[in-house]
Amino acid sequence: MNNRWRLVEVRELPTLALWVLICAVTALVQPKFLTAGVFRSILLWIPLLVVVAMGEMMVMLTRGVDVSVGSMMGLAGMAVGIALRDHPGIGVYGAMVLGIALGATLGAVNGLLIAYGNVPAIVATLGTLGAYRGLVHIVSRGVQVDEYNLPRELGRWSIDGPFGQTLVPWVVVFAILAAAGTLLFLRFTRVGRDIYAIGGNPEAAWLRGIPVRRVTFLVYVLSGLGSGLAGVLYASRFGTINPAAIGSGFELIAISAVVVGGVSVFGGSGTVAGVVLGCLLLGTISTALTVLNIADAWQGTTYGLVILVAVIFDHWMGTRFRKA
Amino acid sequence: MFRKLTLLLFLVTGTTSCQKREAASNPGTTSVAAAASGPVRVVYIPKNTGNPYFNGVVAGLEKGCKELGAEFFTTGPANPDATSQIPFIKDQVQRGVNVICISPNSSDALNQVFDDARTRGIKVVTVNTDLVGNESHRDAAVYPCDFDTLGASQIELLGSLIHYEGRFAILSSTTDAPDQNYWIQGMKEALKNSKYTRMELVDIVYGDDKPQKSRTEAEGLLTKYPDLRAILAPTSVGIEQAAKAVEAAGVYPGGANARGRGVVVTGLGTPNQLRRYIKDNIITAVALWSPPDEGYVSAYVAVGLATDKITAQTGNSFDVPGFGRRGFGKNNLVIAGPPLIFTKDNIDQYNF
Repeated sequence: MNNRWRLVEVRELPTLALWVLICAVTALVQPKFLTAGVFRSILLWIPLLVVVAMGEMMVMLTRGVDVSVGSMMGLAGMAVGIALRDHPGIGVYGAMVLGIALGATLGAVNGLLIAYGNVPAIVATLGTLGAYRGLVHIVSRGVQVDEYNLPRELGRWSIDGPFGQTLVPWVVVFAILAAAGTLLFLRFTRVGRDIYAIGGNPEAAWLRGIPVRRVTFLVYVLSGLGSGLAGVLYASRFGTINPAAIGSGFELIAISAVVVGGVSVFGGSGTVAGVVLGCLLLGTISTALTVLNIADAWQGTTYGLVILVAVIFDHWMGTRFRKA
Repeated sequence: MFRKLTLLLFLVTGTTSCQKREAASNPGTTSVAAAASGPVRVVYIPKNTGNPYFNGVVAGLEKGCKELGAEFFTTGPANPDATSQIPFIKDQVQRGVNVICISPNSSDALNQVFDDARTRGIKVVTVNTDLVGNESHRDAAVYPCDFDTLGASQIELLGSLIHYEGRFAILSSTTDAPDQNYWIQGMKEALKNSKYTRMELVDIVYGDDKPQKSRTEAEGLLTKYPDLRAILAPTSVGIEQAAKAVEAAGVYPGGANARGRGVVVTGLGTPNQLRRYIKDNIITAVALWSPPDEGYVSAYVAVGLATDKITAQTGNSFDVPGFGRRGFGKNNLVIAGPPLIFTKDNIDQYNF
């Protein structure tokens, strides 16, 4: 029972160490890195990532993968933008519900294909990655939704927070709620523990009477749900919803955050705190590279290297400690 | 300021008109339309679909083609990659259009497909962006305003906003964007003028015309240069994210966290996109030309070339209703009009 309350596990310590190292090195080279502005910049960068990574994490805990998250985010975000532009009466919270519901529906399609259609996760979500992105262009007729088409209140979510205009705007609060909800769900519900069990040993989970298909279906729905919420947050933060730009390539960042956050690529182990740490690490790297004037091309390279280091470390940890 | 620019541009366009040499036939409006046997088919391929800038160009082309009795349609790729337009060009050649108007994504990757189209008698008109160094692969080019002086006019606009004093940075699109790089070169040239000696360009960063990247770069500038006086963003994605960055950080002139006189954001952007920032005093003034006017002039060039009523040759000129005479300059380049400057006082007159 004590384990349930432990936030950070051994496997997350290197992520934490790496984060401290990156902050220290950046601050040494560029002392201006340690300012409230940078902190705010990082804090605003990660909410989108956190809500997508929470869903992606649950999928990966079951040994699956969801590469369609960026396209689901794009389709939900575009639908929200069009709805607010053409029917402003639905209001920002109505639009938020719409985005989340649509994301969950798109995720359910993935879930049906994978859990009941027996299509491998990578193939199913690769298919919907293309299909959903195509739909973004179709429903938008290729035209972007501009900030002036959207209510002011939506944009204010990225500036104002529950305590006025502080370091913690509403988008950050939403991300914290999503992470807290995921944490409680995974630790204190039967289904949450089933998710770990399926990833740990699918055959044993089935023999123990865990409804494997139903739980597998559910994690893809949750992944879609998070992506849908991210689409709404994207609209709030950036204003412009461009069919080609929104969520494009986001699957790489989300999967990176999950893997770097210590979730085993073989499923079954990993924590919410670790993934949040992974998101923080990627957000910090992105800001650090910019502040250090390092060319853009290095950003992709750095993400790739960080994933590789994390996976190699994961394997090393596995062979060393899991036997014990 | 605006008047000065207008005057300057009238002088420039006026000079070209004076050098006019009549084309073989009189390229009047009515004769262009009347000479067309069967409707002329014009297609426009923007850099990418969904970009509001090109929607304005499309509106102008549509209007002009309608007036001239030409058929008009538009199609294009989702992403502005160097080669993404090639299949669209090939499709249109197959369909048998008479004119391909295009805002090319590359100044050299399209040479071959353009040559193929032109051997079949199709006219190729580049709109908004030219094939710099490869002008022989198209028939004519239409620029919305004089790009040779745009960099200098941006520096003058910025100077007037910061009282010709302070450190500033440029937030551009991609590192190899031909237009932005050309304007930046013009900006650097202009800065050598003694009028601007107290203005210092401290950094050039690239947001790749992607919202997230542009935002990260804009915030990075505010971190790296705490005494920054201005961000000059000659791209519509960049200027919007720069505006959002100074708004969120509260460092715009008069903002809660502004140091000294605050960080001024200016550059190029559409009035619809920046209206709220201008009304909220986050941005004071921003420049752009009129995309619908650019499209309208392009329509007259396109249909005129297809019906042989206009010959693309340096020195030739032709009439565009409401615009007066427009001429072909060096490399058969046509300039649609002067840049516009949007401020609180005039922004409500524009809707694009």
